[in-house]
Amino acid sequence: MIEPAGPKQGEKTDEIVKNVKFKVLRFDRDTTPSPRVDSFEVPVKKGTTVLDALHYIKENLDASLSWRFSCRMGVCGSCGMFINGFPRLACNTQVLELKADVIDLKPLPNFDTIKDLVPDLAVLFEKHRSVRPFTLRKDMAEVDKPSGEFFQSTEEMERYLQFTYCIKCGLCMAACPTVATDAKYLGPQSLTQAHRYNVDTRDEGRTERKDVALGPHGAFRCHFAGACSEACPKGVDPAFAIQLMKRDAFKGSLGLLRKRKASEVAPKLTSGKRMEGVPDAPERTV
Amino acid sequence: MRTRESTLWTWHLIAGVLILVLLGIHMFIMHLGDFFGTVEGDALAFSSVMERSRDAAFAVMYVLLLGAALYHGLYGLRTIIFELNIPEGAERVITVLFVLAGVALFLMGAYGTIAVYGARVGV
Repeated sequence: MIEPAGPKQGEKTDEIVKNVKFKVLRFDRDTTPSPRVDSFEVPVKKGTTVLDALHYIKENLDASLSWRFSCRMGVCGSCGMFINGFPRLACNTQVLELKADVIDLKPLPNFDTIKDLVPDLAVLFEKHRSVRPFTLRKDMAEVDKPSGEFFQSTEEMERYLQFTYCIKCGLCMAACPTVATDAKYLGPQSLTQAHRYNVDTRDEGRTERKDVALGPHGAFRCHFAGACSEACPKGVDPAFAIQLMKRDAFKGSLGLLRKRKASEVAPKLTSGKRMEGVPDAPERTV
Repeated sequence: MRTRESTLWTWHLIAGVLILVLLGIHMFIMHLGDFFGTVEGDALAFSSVMERSRDAAFAVMYVLLLGAALYHGLYGLRTIIFELNIPEGAERVITVLFVLAGVALFLMGAYGTIAVYGARVGV
């Protein structure tokens, strides 16, 4: 069993374990055309994350250092960076877990850099948007003004559930060797989201997504290196999603893919009794 | 869920499987037939090659193998070139050039196989 590097319950965490040198790639596309590396010595305690170390640097050593962050708990996906040669979330990476006295920090590869550790994620969101990552149905009136919930069994939900955990941090795109060579390749993030909606039984947009997702720079360009799945901090397996999408495309090309009608609105319960203590549902807000 | 690219890619896979089978048969006859005693004489000798060229099954097999290998190879090469960030216009030109080259090479190879087969059986 791997022993987590974080502090145990009740353990003292204010003792400095060691000093770690952070070598940070500095760059500003507006003012400094050539990048440089700055070194900072940071005292590290048990549980100190790379994000904590960056805050320490900004507060005590160099206020001009830039990076992006928000939630500090691996939810928002803002603080993705290249930490010791691997794309990780700074808030999710404990310094002591890296088992190194020198830590290299660079902005995410496969993206342009705005400043220091801030990548330009616009291309990620553009590609994401291009696969139409939302429920598309013929009866959009029902979607806009729902009369109930669309039926979906647990088994049907489990076909795409893990892919919904994507936080759009871009780590998979930074890890992907195909994105590194083919800038037009959609990449693991958007392809996974295309697959997520394609297999959702409430969705009918498979045909509308196919021209992008199965185009010349779509799913077929995946070399199945699996780096995306290794990098994902949320346990999503984009490489798996792409292979499933390829399988569906193969079947579709041979006319073997079953046509599917989107699930209907589930019938309202007409009988049954609510358990004691269960309150009324809140008023609809949308 | 079919696009032009998904159809091309599906045929790429099918061609790959076809190559595995047909090339497997070819390699077995050429290099392992003696070992397993399934081929009489020297499979690589000129007389054996001529003997096989009279066989319609071999002629068909080699034409199929040629087609599968050309398609699989050229599609693969096209994919590699597409990953080099070339403009869309260049992608179209490359596709057309590869189709023309593939068809020309296939006709040339198939003509050779059929001509040898026809000459041997007196067609």
